[in-house]
Amino acid sequence: MGVSGSTNDWATTTLNTAVNWARANSLWPMPFGTACCGIEMMAAFMAKYDTARFGSEVMKFSPRQSDLLIVSGRISLKMMPVLQRIWEQMPEPKWCISMGACASSGGVFDTYTLIQGVDQFIPVDAYMPGCPPRPEAFLDALMMVQEKAKKGQAKSQEYVTQDSGSDPAKSVAFRTPDAHYRHNVDQSTPAAEGKAG
Amino acid sequence: MDALIIQKPENQLTLIAKVEAHMGERLLGREEKSHYHQFKVKGADAKDLMRFLRDDASLGFSYFIDATAVDYLRYPIAQPERYAVIYTLLSPALGVRAQVKAFVPEGAPRMPSMTDLFAGANWTEREVWDLYGIEFLGHPGLTRILMPDDYEGHPLRKDYPLKGRGERGNFPVYHATTQKPQGGA
Repeated sequence: MGVSGSTNDWATTTLNTAVNWARANSLWPMPFGTACCGIEMMAAFMAKYDTARFGSEVMKFSPRQSDLLIVSGRISLKMMPVLQRIWEQMPEPKWCISMGACASSGGVFDTYTLIQGVDQFIPVDAYMPGCPPRPEAFLDALMMVQEKAKKGQAKSQEYVTQDSGSDPAKSVAFRTPDAHYRHNVDQSTPAAEGKAG
Repeated sequence: MDALIIQKPENQLTLIAKVEAHMGERLLGREEKSHYHQFKVKGADAKDLMRFLRDDASLGFSYFIDATAVDYLRYPIAQPERYAVIYTLLSPALGVRAQVKAFVPEGAPRMPSMTDLFAGANWTEREVWDLYGIEFLGHPGLTRILMPDDYEGHPLRKDYPLKGRGERGNFPVYHATTQKPQGGA
């Protein structure tokens, strides 16, 4: 943003830059705390670490008024459609932080019921390592999202631009689950057999 | 441990004597645990023992704590049956806890439900059925409680693969249809 002449009361900029600057400094988070990462997220929001300094103090438990989804914790197969629906309810532009090892990769829970990384179903802008990460790491991820927002970038936008528009199958924002869990599934027992019971 | 209920370990002798007299040959065994006694029976006899523990005037096990289960597949120590359902009870009058361990066979994993004796057994028995596949006869609504409704199989059985049988690659997801207007429409 080209601010010039602080002694004079005027500045020049483009509209996009001004809007992006405003968005970056007023990220409203939608917390999705399902495990111990949620506790660290709460700590990051409280007085000591104080994300209000970054303009994102409004914790909205309402996805329609949010633009930053924070997935902090394990996501099970039963919870994933709920998370996807919340993500879909958030208006564009929107960003997503995958907080901690479980949300990013499944963590130690390589089991029958746990999603091995939420980025396989929703676009993630910033990953946070740690089990759980410290609030400083949360602030780092928040600033990464702010940098993206200032540039007008968002992973969700990439998914839209990949859209061909004419093919309805490609208009689905998320990859279908069959394509990317194969490496984790025991090859001797294919999915069809598991479904048959 | 319990704030209001005073533990009285000496009353365990009363408990053991009464249970042994009531069950006789049907008692497969009993085991001294850290602060309670465990009585082993067959699944078909469990309800009789539970009713005796609850209704006997001098025992009064009126408080249902928990129900859980064990799968003894490939267990190094020989067990009467593959599965065991474990009920934990507390007697406020006696000041002791008791466990009833009901062995359930592998071929027909079913036993009578305790829901008409203890209403608290309802959800715990649903959980045991969900994760171990042990059917409780007479249960008012034996449906899944933790796993999704369309889930196949019982994942806490020892012969269930740890990473599942493909559920992670094949489960209902939410498909976005309004992400972007369809071209040409």
